Amino acid sequence: MAGVAVSTTINGDSVEYLCQPDETLLEVLRDRLGLTGAKEGCGTGDCGACSVILDGRLVCSCLVLGAEAEGRQVETVEGMAHGEQLHPLQQKFLEHAALQCGICTPGFLIAAKDLLAKNPSPTEEEIRFGLAGNLCRCTGYDKIVRAVQDAANMMRGA
Amino acid sequence: MNFDPRYSTRNFTAVGTRPIRPDGIDKVTGRARYGADFNMAGQLVGRILRSPHAHAKIKKIDTSKAEKLPGVKAVITAADLPDHTNGDAAMYDILDNCMARKKALYDGHAVAAVAAIDARTARQALKLIEVDYEVLAHVTDVDEAMKHGAPLINDAVFTEGLEEKPVKPSNVTKRSQFGHGDVHAGFGHADFVVERSFRTEQTHQGYIEPHACVASANADGTADLWVCTQGHFVYRQHCAQLLGMDASKLRVTSSEIGGGFGGKTHVWAEPVALALSRKAGRPVKLVMTRDEVFRASGPTSATSIDVRIGARKDGTITAAEATLRYSCGPYAGSWAEVGAMTSFACYRLENVKTVGYEVLVNRPKTAAYRAPSAPMAAFAVESAIDELAKMVGMDPVDFRIKNAAQEGTRSSYGPVYGPIGIGPTLEAVKNHPHMKAPLGKNQGRGMACGFWFNFGGQTCTDLNIGMDGSVSLAVGTIDVGGSRASLSLIAAEELGIAYEHVKAVVADTSSLGYNDMTDGSRGTFSTSMATISAARNAIRTLRERAAQMWDISVDDVAWEHGHAVARGEKHGNLGKLSLKEIAAASGTTGGPIAGHSELVADGAGVSFATHICDIEVDPETGATRVLRYTVVQDAGKAVHPTYVEGQYQGGAAQGIGWALNEEYIYGKDGRLQNAGFLDYRIPVCSDLPMIDTQILEIPNPNHPYGVRGVGETSIVPPLAAIANALSNAAGVRMTHIPMSPPRVLAALEAAREG
Repeated sequence: MAGVAVSTTINGDSVEYLCQPDETLLEVLRDRLGLTGAKEGCGTGDCGACSVILDGRLVCSCLVLGAEAEGRQVETVEGMAHGEQLHPLQQKFLEHAALQCGICTPGFLIAAKDLLAKNPSPTEEEIRFGLAGNLCRCTGYDKIVRAVQDAANMMRGA
Repeated sequence: MNFDPRYSTRNFTAVGTRPIRPDGIDKVTGRARYGADFNMAGQLVGRILRSPHAHAKIKKIDTSKAEKLPGVKAVITAADLPDHTNGDAAMYDILDNCMARKKALYDGHAVAAVAAIDARTARQALKLIEVDYEVLAHVTDVDEAMKHGAPLINDAVFTEGLEEKPVKPSNVTKRSQFGHGDVHAGFGHADFVVERSFRTEQTHQGYIEPHACVASANADGTADLWVCTQGHFVYRQHCAQLLGMDASKLRVTSSEIGGGFGGKTHVWAEPVALALSRKAGRPVKLVMTRDEVFRASGPTSATSIDVRIGARKDGTITAAEATLRYSCGPYAGSWAEVGAMTSFACYRLENVKTVGYEVLVNRPKTAAYRAPSAPMAAFAVESAIDELAKMVGMDPVDFRIKNAAQEGTRSSYGPVYGPIGIGPTLEAVKNHPHMKAPLGKNQGRGMACGFWFNFGGQTCTDLNIGMDGSVSLAVGTIDVGGSRASLSLIAAEELGIAYEHVKAVVADTSSLGYNDMTDGSRGTFSTSMATISAARNAIRTLRERAAQMWDISVDDVAWEHGHAVARGEKHGNLGKLSLKEIAAASGTTGGPIAGHSELVADGAGVSFATHICDIEVDPETGATRVLRYTVVQDAGKAVHPTYVEGQYQGGAAQGIGWALNEEYIYGKDGRLQNAGFLDYRIPVCSDLPMIDTQILEIPNPNHPYGVRGVGETSIVPPLAAIANALSNAAGVRMTHIPMSPPRVLAALEAAREG
């Protein structure tokens, strides 16, 4: 099978790669580009651990083909911090202990970033429904919701 | 190590604070490396071929076509995993579960495996393997499997624990019994008796990270294994034994673990990956798909439980009895035995008897799931207790307080309790504002108690002091939810230095002595004991070095708040020496300073919790929604309270999922029908409310700081708490878990029809 040449932008950097036509964006990120922050929890779009933002839209990268990233903007967890400066969500997840095992954390951070970009002052219910596509089995979500609330306050300068 | 009462009056400086965990930054930036995030040069992709049949004789496996496919580097079957178990039946079962030897025993049982240059080639190769099966009659239901005439899963199994040795083989591997007193006489004194039968369906731990490993076997007989596991030393032991190698020649490095909850305590794919690597002569990465995780890892038991409890008019329980049947998958286990032990552990009973039956079925081999076996028993018992309280006419909390076990009570499973938390958690619930909050239409409140033993086990820890005075703590228990933070706090507390100067890591199997797995809520309990012991050994050396620097007797040197202090009037002129100063001089006072510890952490204090839950049931659909939830649990001493709360909340959420949604659904063909997160639905964020927690601290007399394990008990009460809430909301007594909308609707309709 011939490879597909793809030019895309990942976390602001121009990236080129060859991938197979049936290869998912998640496989490309993890296996070809070494960006292992996105995780495969199910491979069927049910757990959200592989969440990335594609042209401003939250997607499961296991349901997107690597070839589909051509000419588009991809944001992953690796691009959230600026050098040593953590994103407010990252900082608040740490402060609130919103992670235990941490495998779902990159997906939650990306989903929460997307949520706050669209709704900077979400209610608890809006946070809960906004993050309902991401599974966490450790925390019971309590501390995740609180961390997102606190980060939203911080980002609004409240 | 005994509880030091001075600590209860002492002002802890580190323990009880809530710093950010040392592994946190890697986990929020995506840098943390989990099982599937590691790669080696020249690595191949491994894949496993699994039986589509619930029960089938394997007549022949032809791998020749797969072997000829370009890019395939190794194909293995059970023949490549010769039996090195030397009559060890439990190890033989593990071997047979890793790769079926004569029969496939469940849908998903591994029968062959390949290693190829990429995933696509590996998948193609699996399709080229030809397996000739003779399909056999199967049984997946726990009650059906016990019946005469049920398909026999293993005709060499004769029930153990019966008075007369059976003459016929059976699917029941063992009968066990616990209790004391005379239940027959006890029921004779009862004014009220509740008798009920319950069922719970099989659930999965549902960790988000599938099993993953990279195995690299070398030509010189050594091997390396990178793996997500709850116990890398146990994995080393099992893999080495199954592959016929010296344990010391296999180095196992644990990755970050993406959830385990008991499900990553057994080897499944790891011996297969090592065998593939040995045959191919290259490293092999083997990652399970989610479908494989559901079909072929280790879910918990499905159960069928009968309970009978009697009480006098004054609310005193006179007798309690339970018969518990737990599915084990196709291999022997002790799941019903544990369920039988935990059933009535919350209560002070004169007459109690529990009987457990271990039942073989054509489902995956049962593994531990957070307080394994206890939630199902608690569902049955706590439901019946609630019903009995109503019959007696007592408040359910008061009824439980009246009958709660206390210090000195002989437990229903044998031992006599020390200081325990069941009474205090019940009193706290009685006084909790949640109990007085108003309820609306179709809403109800329930409560229930839970017990877990907790475990200690073999533990080994190294504490190394750098020349700059910072401390490296090497532990051998896997960090499943923040234990590196709590253990760093313990080291800081004991040494009298700041938390920031301690860095805890999980060492690999070649760098530290043997450690049992992180199970039984032992991680922080046992390794904190070993850390305290290692720190005290280091302090002895620090005092010796200070004595040397001062040229005085070590007996005149004390350790206070991170400093050596000279004691006695004759040393009045000597100032303090900090840990940092002593460390800086270590090169000239005898070399590196370290503390080592190896111990068996006996005396894990038992754990109790009481939960309160408000639900609303939709009479049109039978859907149940949790509105408010409160967990009250004894922690002994909460080392890092935020992560203790996290354990309480996480266990409650898993229990809520178990109670309302989660179940393995098998078709008549014996195949699992819902092997994915879409159809096996675990709670999502919008399903749950905030989960309030209250931490009680009743010191464990066997730990110097009073610490008890906190990880598991929180999953025990939710099933019954929700069932009791449903009973109060809608007047229906649910006896089948999960209480999914169709089951609740059927119960509501039956009640309406009267």
